[in-house]
Amino acid sequence: MSDREHSSDGLAVEHHFENADQQYQSAKLGMWVFLATEILFFGGLFVAYAVYRANHPEVFVFGHHFLDKNLGALNTVILICSSLTAAWAVRAAQLKQIGMLKLMILLTMLCAFGFMGVKAIEYNGKWKHGLLWAGQYDPHVEDHGEVSHDVIGEEIPENAHVEVVTEERVVETSPAQPAADADRSAIAPAAEGPAGLAAPGSAEAEEAGFEIEPANAQIYFSIYFLMTGLHGIHVLGGIGAFVWLLLCARRGYFDGGHFTRVDMVALYWHLVDLIWIYLFLLLYLID
Amino acid sequence: MAEEISAPGGDAPVDHTASDDNYLTHGKGILSWLFTLDHKRIGVMYLVAILSSFFLGGVFALVLRTELWTPGQTIMTADTYNKMFTLHGAVMIFLFIIPGIPATLGNFVLPLMLGAKDVALPRLNLASFWLWLTGATFAVVSIVVGAIDTGWTFYTPYSTTTNTAVVSMTLGAFILGFSSIFTGLNFIVTIHKMRPEGMTWFRMPLFLWGIYSTAIIQVLATPVLGITLLLLIAERTLGVGIFDPSLGGDPVLFQHFFWFYSHPAVYIMILPAMAIMSELISVFSGKHIFGYKFIAWSSIAIALLSFLVWGHHMFTSGQSGLMNMIFSALTFSVAIPSAVKVFNWLATMYKGSIRLAAPMLYALSFLFLFAIGGLTGLFLGSLSTDIHLHDTYFVVAHFHYVMFGGTVIAFLGGIHYWWPKMFGRMYSERWAQVSAFLIFVGFNLTFFTQFVMGSHGMPRRYYNYLERFTAYHQASTVGSFVLALGFFIMAGYLLHSLVGGEKAPANPWGGATLEWETTSPPAYYNFKHDMQAGDPYDLDALQWDPQTKGYVRKDPRSVLLSAGEAS
Repeated sequence: MSDREHSSDGLAVEHHFENADQQYQSAKLGMWVFLATEILFFGGLFVAYAVYRANHPEVFVFGHHFLDKNLGALNTVILICSSLTAAWAVRAAQLKQIGMLKLMILLTMLCAFGFMGVKAIEYNGKWKHGLLWAGQYDPHVEDHGEVSHDVIGEEIPENAHVEVVTEERVVETSPAQPAADADRSAIAPAAEGPAGLAAPGSAEAEEAGFEIEPANAQIYFSIYFLMTGLHGIHVLGGIGAFVWLLLCARRGYFDGGHFTRVDMVALYWHLVDLIWIYLFLLLYLID
Repeated sequence: MAEEISAPGGDAPVDHTASDDNYLTHGKGILSWLFTLDHKRIGVMYLVAILSSFFLGGVFALVLRTELWTPGQTIMTADTYNKMFTLHGAVMIFLFIIPGIPATLGNFVLPLMLGAKDVALPRLNLASFWLWLTGATFAVVSIVVGAIDTGWTFYTPYSTTTNTAVVSMTLGAFILGFSSIFTGLNFIVTIHKMRPEGMTWFRMPLFLWGIYSTAIIQVLATPVLGITLLLLIAERTLGVGIFDPSLGGDPVLFQHFFWFYSHPAVYIMILPAMAIMSELISVFSGKHIFGYKFIAWSSIAIALLSFLVWGHHMFTSGQSGLMNMIFSALTFSVAIPSAVKVFNWLATMYKGSIRLAAPMLYALSFLFLFAIGGLTGLFLGSLSTDIHLHDTYFVVAHFHYVMFGGTVIAFLGGIHYWWPKMFGRMYSERWAQVSAFLIFVGFNLTFFTQFVMGSHGMPRRYYNYLERFTAYHQASTVGSFVLALGFFIMAGYLLHSLVGGEKAPANPWGGATLEWETTSPPAYYNFKHDMQAGDPYDLDALQWDPQTKGYVRKDPRSVLLSAGEAS
């Protein structure tokens, strides 16, 4: 017994729907509701971000200096382009332009891989300098040969090959700064830097762009890795969905103009793109 | 796409001689069940799986009550006791009561009530069942590899430091959450897109309103639990420090996240129970439901308010006084839509001709027990009394009066109401009454004593207790075994009905909703004809037919979609 009937326009209609339109509308509503659950899923992390940023703004100001705005911006551009190609793929499927559809899916996947590549470069840099989530947070710089838990001497070397405008930030491990350690458990330093609390001599350091690590700076990196990591998993899921679409296209599934699947994956992809834009704003562009 | 209208049976939408080709016999072998896309089979598989979880959780409960027979050690060590109450809670909440009514009765009845052939997304429906099985497997693994002793709430920082199997249990709950999300999503789409001709939003059976409100909460609240449990897992495996104070995190944030889901979750549990109640009360009072729109809107109101009250779980967690006051006031406001429902049900019963069949016995139990459970919630919602009652047996008793006395009792009522439809057999009414009576008495003996000892200061989750609480604990334990006896009898007569029960008519109770317009058990594709819906509570449109021992429509064509034109 066949569970499918074919309506006049050649679209497969499942047995429990009255017509192709009801089927398409159901899929679309289902997808939108799913996207709502995705927003709430990420919502937990955004709330965690908001709570910690409201309580410890200095941690975020400090931490974001270690992210490379240029790489973040590059990834933003890549994802926006991929949203364009994804939307184009939907149009191509509607117009039954199978060649164009395949091309657009491939371009979207290329962007997705490009995004993950850039992300890998960024993660690698963090890994090398121990700028990881709280449990593995162990900042250090090989160049100076000294490892310090309290103070970071960091030149952001992983950005050296990119055209980076960020100034160098070096914090000196000076014996004249015992305050830094004591502060960790007491009052967190102000967001603007150590001016009022720091030991004499650090004023120069501040002028030179030096900065003292505030207490609990590791929380910033925890949130950074959680948010970008969860987003990265969604990008990988998107790549999987695009591979599936390509296989469908090869089987000739879209030849009859049955574009629902492309439309649904594209909707998901737009959301992944949108969430990244928020992540870029919230994590990279803090001042 | 109308099926052949001139099928045997003439004009009657219901062929009363149930055909041998129904959903139970259509396709044979275990694989035809495990990979079915049929909502009815998925509903029945859920029923088996969920009642098995209920049995498992019940065994844990009896073990707990036995341990509490005497102060100090009775049958197990304190560590084992901690694991037992955690497993009782986790199994009952995540495996049984959250999926409970929507996944079993919802799956089975919802498309039938819509006169539809299936839910809108049948593959997703099967996927959600498989997710449930996967999640349940993780939960069972965690029981086997050393259980978990944090309480079902997984509060940090204890849950990040204990060496029990927190990760596998929370991973199980995480996966079960997605099962719940997909069920809810499916129901939302189905109700929006697949209502039959004539069924406007305000001509839907109230069961659908309740399931729809539940689905909204499932879809909007469960993802937050998902991310919370994921963070907890990340905390334990990587040490991300979001909830761990030793890494700069905030353990109270976990409580906020957890209750942002878990308070709405208690409405995921109670709303479908209220949904069943509206059907039972109307049908067994022989009267049109009173205050239809109020009941419908109160479901939506409860769903929305449920998101605004989570802070009442944290009155003693160091929230600011202002927050406490706001959460307390919002908590009281939930009582309004709940009371609206109860008063409308009472008004429906007023001057009705009430039949005390088994489903109605459960409906009456619900009214009585839910009233106690709901009103004691106000004691806990007001700040001054809560400080005294917080974390005592009073909370345990309140929770069980709402969840067991409310949800489980209505679930049982629903099972008895739709059992003939699901399996085509009638159960023994006499034994059903005995069992309903034992459950009612056993339940009150178990939990009313807990109100008393709670108000006298007996803390919850304690292994040991003062001598003066012994009598209460022993009464409670006796009650729990009476309760178990009631369930034992129920299992007996329900299983017996499957083989030895009388054949059920299409409409044994006289309900006017569309699921009664097909055979018992329903055909594979549910209905022979395309259906249209009228007033779901117009019980006068039906009359008793002594030949089939069931109810039939006075005008069978009234539920057919333009019978003439379709042929």
